[in-house]
Amino acid sequence: MEPLIQHTGRAIALRRGDVDTDQIIPAEFCKRLTKSGYEDTLFVTWREDPEFPLNDPRRAGASVLIGAHNFGTGSSREHAVWALRDWGFAVVVASSFGDIFRRNAFKNGLLAVELPEEVVAELADRADADPAFEITVDLDSRELRADGLRHGFEVDRRARRLLLEGLDDIAVTLGKDGLIADYERARHSWLPRLAPTDPIPSGNLRLAAN
Amino acid sequence: MTPAPRTLIEKVWQRHVVQAEPGEPDLLYIDLHLIHEASSPQAFDGLRLAGRKVRRPDLTLALEDHNVPTNSLIIADPMGKAQVETLRRNCADSGIELFQFGDRRQGIVHVVGPELGYVQPGMSVICGDSHTATHGAFGALAFGVGTSDVEHVLATQTLALARPRTMAVEFTGELPADVGAKDLILALIARIGANGANGHIIEYRGPAIERISMEGRMTMCNMSIEAGARAGLIAPDATTYAYLEGRPAAPRGAEWDAAVTYWESLVSDEGAAFDRTVTIDVTTLSPFVTWGTNPGQAVPLREEVPELDSFTDPVARAAAERALDYMDLVPGTRMDSIEIDTVFIGSCTNGRIEDLRAAAAVLDGRTVADGVTMLIVPGSMEVRRQAEEEGLHEVFLASGAQWRLSGCSMCLGMNADRLVGVKRCASTSNRNYEGRQGAQARTHLVSPAVAAATAIAGRLTAPGSLS
Ligand code: SF4
Repeated sequence: MEPLIQHTGRAIALRRGDVDTDQIIPAEFCKRLTKSGYEDTLFVTWREDPEFPLNDPRRAGASVLIGAHNFGTGSSREHAVWALRDWGFAVVVASSFGDIFRRNAFKNGLLAVELPEEVVAELADRADADPAFEITVDLDSRELRADGLRHGFEVDRRARRLLLEGLDDIAVTLGKDGLIADYERARHSWLPRLAPTDPIPSGNLRLAAN
Repeated sequence: MTPAPRTLIEKVWQRHVVQAEPGEPDLLYIDLHLIHEASSPQAFDGLRLAGRKVRRPDLTLALEDHNVPTNSLIIADPMGKAQVETLRRNCADSGIELFQFGDRRQGIVHVVGPELGYVQPGMSVICGDSHTATHGAFGALAFGVGTSDVEHVLATQTLALARPRTMAVEFTGELPADVGAKDLILALIARIGANGANGHIIEYRGPAIERISMEGRMTMCNMSIEAGARAGLIAPDATTYAYLEGRPAAPRGAEWDAAVTYWESLVSDEGAAFDRTVTIDVTTLSPFVTWGTNPGQAVPLREEVPELDSFTDPVARAAAERALDYMDLVPGTRMDSIEIDTVFIGSCTNGRIEDLRAAAAVLDGRTVADGVTMLIVPGSMEVRRQAEEEGLHEVFLASGAQWRLSGCSMCLGMNADRLVGVKRCASTSNRNYEGRQGAQARTHLVSPAVAAATAIAGRLTAPGSLS
């Protein structure tokens, strides 16, 4: 993976709280077998409204999405992150995030930056006022900078290191194989184990006729 | 020196730490990995691309649930079919046990895992599905994760997780007869908000919880995610052991005794500190229902759609305004006057045998109102079998409801069971988001008993007020 140190891009404000992953991408579009190809399904229902911010031609190419509170709440579908990324977003700024969404975001190099509500509101105001308003998110210094504004943010240490150094998450953990094997030897003997079995037919099914 | 008192959450967490480094997330071992067709294809692809193998197929169980139809054994949708076929191939290649669509053991992943005894107290469980918290009902730590984490667990059987904060939710007082697990959890989310438990793991406790069945506990833990929590759990007790004993994957004989001895230590110690405590007196609760488009927007069924002025927080007010517009509701409307055209009983929240019994008790001898479509979808084929053995399906069919095969069905609008056009649905599932059940669907979350009464009356109704 390429190291990810910082991103600079134009911002677009989406002034809605509790934006859930079903809005970001409805379930019916989560049937692909790939991690890409989701750009057309991002906010697909909301985009039917011509007033929806993402439809504003002056905002085309914006890569920093400014949300509100509890962004990405709901389902664990990573498709929500893939859709945002496929559309061209590299950063989402919000006053809080759904926990699973934030985790998924960092795993895909989409920076989920949490800042206080007033700060997010000011960024949204500035973005609304000026389509050229640019935001820089610096993962190394854990700082967001924009036209004289400067705000520090917190980020999970492991997620940050992996991105800054361009490391493969799984490879890092596999490096601890010995520790994992040690742990496995000390597990309770009664813990359940599975083995593949042949299917057992459901038998006589009375399907609903109505 | 006596050890410091610990919460149940800390005990189970510490038991699974493979490695802890200061300032870093802990590396946790995962005892059970549940997978399904919708969130796993890209994870297996990732493994293949990197030349990696599934580390512990024997700790992995696969189910087909999200995409499957519930009125036929044929998956007509080509993309859904491709996901299912991909899962079958991946499981065959990796030696993973898979309960296929059409298998007697098939069902929703969060219903089947517990029902076969694969989920036990003190375990760590993950699944690429946000409602994995369901398994917390057994005193297990159960997390929903995305596809990247699914791949990580397939490859390493571990997950690096920062230790979340802990939250105790105490249910005190006498539980009224018409109030069930679904009402308790909806009341909690209405109180603390849809992100009220953000960054926390919840332990549900108190005398009211002790009296709730395993099915009800699963309903409650299931919706922890709707409160924004990473997980939710309940200390194991006699109810837990009685449920588990004799299930296919539960330990037997001397191993059972050893397990119970260990499980009995899985309680929060006297004096253990939580980061936050919320207390809810259940004595005055009544059946709950949602009016808005997030699960926190809920009120007692006998109350009204809230006035916008009742929201002091401008953000909550704006959200309420938007929700009312989507739901096409006017403040001041009595909830129990709202007419519905669809009723869905099912999902990993309320698709268990107890839920079907509750619905049948209300439907018995009554008829679904004209113009109302009612779907009853068992959470697993085993639940279906059991319901038929008890004759519940006769009650359902006689009332005019549809009796279906098992799957996620109308919980999420991914398979064929989807609301088309502007519809209003009383649903026992867990999410009332815009478009969740279909592009223009309006969802009211309710308990199975309320769903059944609603089907009969044609409007949101508590069972107690049926004639
Ligand atoms: S029933 Fe609904 S919430 Fe449960 S696993 Fe299926 S889609 Fe997810």
